[in-house]
Formats: sequence, structure tokens, C-alpha cells
Amino acid sequence: MINEAIIKSDEKAIFELRELYRQYGYSQFKMSRFEEYDLYVKNKDFLVSDEVITFTDKNGRLMALKPDVTLSIIKNTTDSPGKLQKVYYNENVYRVSKGTHSFKEIMQAGLECIGDLNDYEIAEVVLLAVKSLALVSRNYVLDISHMGLVAAMLEDSGLSYEGKGMAHTFLHQKNSHELRAVCTAENLPEDKTEKLCALIDCCGSASQVLSKISPLLSSQKEKEAFEQFRTLCDIIERSGFANSVIVDFSVGNDMKYYSGVVFKGYLEGLPTSILSGGQYDKLLRKMKRQSGAIGFALYLDMLEQMEDSSNEYDVDTVLLYTKDADPITITSAVDRLANSAHSVRVCTQIPSQLRYRRLLKLTDGRIETLEENG
Amino acid sequence: MKKMVNVALPKGRLGEKVYAYFKSAGFECPSIEETNRKLIFENPQKGVRYFWVKPSDVAIYVERGTADIGVAGKDILLEYQPDVYELLDMEMGKCRMAVAAKKDFRDPKGRTLRVATKFPNIAETFYNEKGRDIDIIKLNGSIEIAPILGLSDVIVDIVETGTTLRENDLEVYDTIVPISARLIANKSGYKFKNAEILNIRQGLENEVRSRK
Repeated sequence: MINEAIIKSDEKAIFELRELYRQYGYSQFKMSRFEEYDLYVKNKDFLVSDEVITFTDKNGRLMALKPDVTLSIIKNTTDSPGKLQKVYYNENVYRVSKGTHSFKEIMQAGLECIGDLNDYEIAEVVLLAVKSLALVSRNYVLDISHMGLVAAMLEDSGLSYEGKGMAHTFLHQKNSHELRAVCTAENLPEDKTEKLCALIDCCGSASQVLSKISPLLSSQKEKEAFEQFRTLCDIIERSGFANSVIVDFSVGNDMKYYSGVVFKGYLEGLPTSILSGGQYDKLLRKMKRQSGAIGFALYLDMLEQMEDSSNEYDVDTVLLYTKDADPITITSAVDRLANSAHSVRVCTQIPSQLRYRRLLKLTDGRIETLEENG
Repeated sequence: MKKMVNVALPKGRLGEKVYAYFKSAGFECPSIEETNRKLIFENPQKGVRYFWVKPSDVAIYVERGTADIGVAGKDILLEYQPDVYELLDMEMGKCRMAVAAKKDFRDPKGRTLRVATKFPNIAETFYNEKGRDIDIIKLNGSIEIAPILGLSDVIVDIVETGTTLRENDLEVYDTIVPISARLIANKSGYKFKNAEILNIRQGLENEVRSRK
């Protein structure tokens, strides 16, 4: 019987997530830690950070410690019209941390659905993302957006190529004052400016946001993307998770790779998103593939930041014994004290910096209490 | 129970001005006005907890979620690119990021331009867009002295009134971007304290408008 208290939150999450993905018919994808560096060079922009740990293999090939899982999964799947491949994974990746500028091992869990996607599969993956968040925390939010809709609205605005790039950046920052400044600098009409600013101002439940955005749309591309997004939002609305899903167009990803829905998951108490995903058909086109693809990853190592370690004891009991004590007596005393919910450290002196609940001493076969700490 | 919003304020004159906006917007915290060396102040009735931090650290506190919101200069945001929301231009602490050089300066187009600055990322982005080859000399202060002593050809720095430049026989050669104080928010905090943060944002926006 395993004492639940010793299972760390990320370890518990892994088992629960595996079970969740298995229930929905996803099969585990286990891969090697290494991949040929070439794969990452060709798709550098897709990576969160373009710095990769490389080494030369015995046969002279330049290899990399995986900075990403998705590219390897795509590489290992094939196009088969009408079919879908559904896989989940739980792997470590190696990336440069922004703060320390050094490589970090990051534990990821996630899934990918690759093949002929339809509205159901897209909704299934988004809902599995919400359910994944629900498994790891009570207070969570999934922000969703649609890159196709955002791209179509930017295209319709009439902004220049540079202007669109800047508008995209300001949209991610919810920076409406500078988005307005870009529109003014390019002499955009008032209605076009307001339409773009609506992408920042409209944020909230799907029903509220969609009803505000709908009347602003004019081009065919905008309407098509909107309909696709609305179908997804309708499914979420009926799923029972509507309160935890927020439509927020500031969620974004590289437009070169992401084409449809994109999303990010947040937990209360964690400063950055713990889950990130979306539909990335354009990446497959770039790799000369016909399939569609959608997936997400959860950064499980972040869960340790939420663990409360403020009032923990290292050990329940410290049992002191004198050097001349009989080992058989010590053994039987420890066996009496230790069980799955109770830990005992046996020593002749109190270890420095060790936090313990109580201090006992074994003298002449008897145990006496020296200290109780609650 | 009201959720407390943690606010990182930049220590110094700008921070006091920023707090005055928060106060008139209805988020006062009387203890902050007492003369003492405390760094953290809260008013549970108004749901705010303020703390003073070094101006260049505000963005770090907000990005890491210790502060839900904060006020930071656009120069810091451009230089460090923190992953935060930029919710409002507070339109105070106005100045500009500029290229300055000695009065008789002519760009030596035939060779690499030596640029002294506290803001290497801003300088690099600016010259990359122009396709100009530069050598960045990262300094931590007294940037103006670099071209005078021949350490660099130009400097990239914040220019407020231009007095320091004039007194050192330097002049602005190019403006990179206007700078002012911005209200920033942690992305996660924005989700879980949304109503509270939007309420503060609205109050501050009204203050900014009323003082125009």
C-alpha cells in the first residue's frame, strides 16, 4: 500500500493524465531522448527556444537532446486519408530557461491527434485540455482563440505587412493604446481600428464574445473561421466546462504554423501558463504532409511550485540511542514506531537542520519523550 | 471575500506620482503615506497591497506573479520583453529612447558603428531593422561620457529634457521610440483576479483622461 502523502503532485498527475487519455482512445507514444538535429534546423521557428543541446553520435551524425516532442511525433506518423492517429506522451524535453539562460529539463505530458480532422476531433482535444487542467487543480482557466479568425481580421484591416506584425504583438499584450497608434499611423478608418481593438476588448464567455464579434465581420474568410470557432464554442458550452473556458484573442502562436484554434491553460497560483496547444496544420504542409493536426502539452514540472512546503516536517520522529545500545533492541523499537504513515530517523545525535515532530530517546530498552512539536 | 490585488510600484518620484493616481482612483492605502522604511502596505477594504521595488525590477515581480499588476517604464518592457499584459499607458514619466552623439558627428558608414548603451536589446533591434552593423558596448551608467572619451561613436539612452546631453556637447541624432510609464499585469493573475484588475485599470484610465 503506497502512502499518498509521499506521491508528488507531478507524479500523481502523470498517472491520472495517462488514464484520462487512455479512456479517450489515445495510445502511448514512447520515444528516444535523442533526435537528429536536422529535424529542428528545418523547423526552428516551431520551437519555443531555438537553442538545442547537440552532440555527435558514434557514426558521426549530429544529434540533439529533444527540445520538443511534437516534431518527433509528426515525423513518425504517415498520411493515411480518412484515418486518425491519436497518441499521448510523457517525456522530458531540454530547453533554455529564459530567466537563467541555462538548459533545463522540463517534464511534459500531452497528446497529438493527427490525420483527417473534423469538428468533433478538434473539440475532443480542446475538452481533453480542459479536463487535464481539472485533474491537476481546482481553480483553472483555459483561454481559447482562433488563429484563422484573427489572421482574417488582420488581413481585412488593410494594415501593411509590418503593421500587421506589430498589431499581432500588441494583441498578445492586450495593448490597445499602441494598437490604436499603429492604426492611426497607417491612416486606418475608424471602423477598421475599432474592429481590431474589439479583439482586445472582447474577452470572456464564448456566448458574450461571439455575439459582440459576429456583427463586425465582413470578409468570407472571417465568416468561415468564425463559423468553425462557433461550432467549437457550442460544443464546449454544452460540455459542462463552459465556466472555465474563456475566449481571449490575445492567446496566440506563430501564424506560420498555427491555423485554427489555439489555447493556453492557467492554474491559480502559477504565474505562467501550464498548458499550451492548438491546431497546427500549416506545420504539416511545410513538412509536405496532407494531414491536419492538433495537440497540446502540459508542463508538469511547474506543479511543484504549487506544493505547500511551509510547515512540513522532514521526519515524524527522531529516535536517539546511545552507542552502547543493543542493535536488536533498537531494531524492535524502530519497527514498533515506523509504519506507512509514520517515519522514524534513528541516530545517536540530532542531525542539524532536520525538522521533526517529536524527539524520543532509547535508554535501557525504554523509550522516553524529550520533545513534542505538535 | 475580496481578492487582494498585489501592486508593484517603482520606488522614487515616479512611483509616488503613480500612487497618487491609484489614490485618486479610490485605491488609497493610508499607511503608505506615513514616513517609515516599510516596503509593503495593504488596505484590505480596498483589496490592494502595494510594495515598493526598484523600477527596473517591477516587470520581474509582475512576470513571476508576486505582483498581479505594476507600473513599469516602456524602456524596461522593450529591453527585457517580459511575458505580461500591457493594459494602459499612464502617460507619465514621458521621455524618449534616442540615439545621441557629439555635435559634429557623421555616421562612419564604412565601418562598424560603436554603440554604448544600458539597453543592448533596444539598440540591437533598432540597428538590425536598419541593417547597420554595430558593436554594442554595454554600460551601467554615465553613458554620456562614452562618445566624449571615444569609447563609442553614439549612445542609445533615455532622453528627458536633453539638458545632460547639451551640457556635454551631445545632441539627439535619432529618436527610437517614445517612452512612458505603463500599467502591466501578470497573465495568470489577470485570469483569476479579472474583475478586480479591470476595476483598477478603469479607475486609472479615468485618472489619466481627467488630467489630460
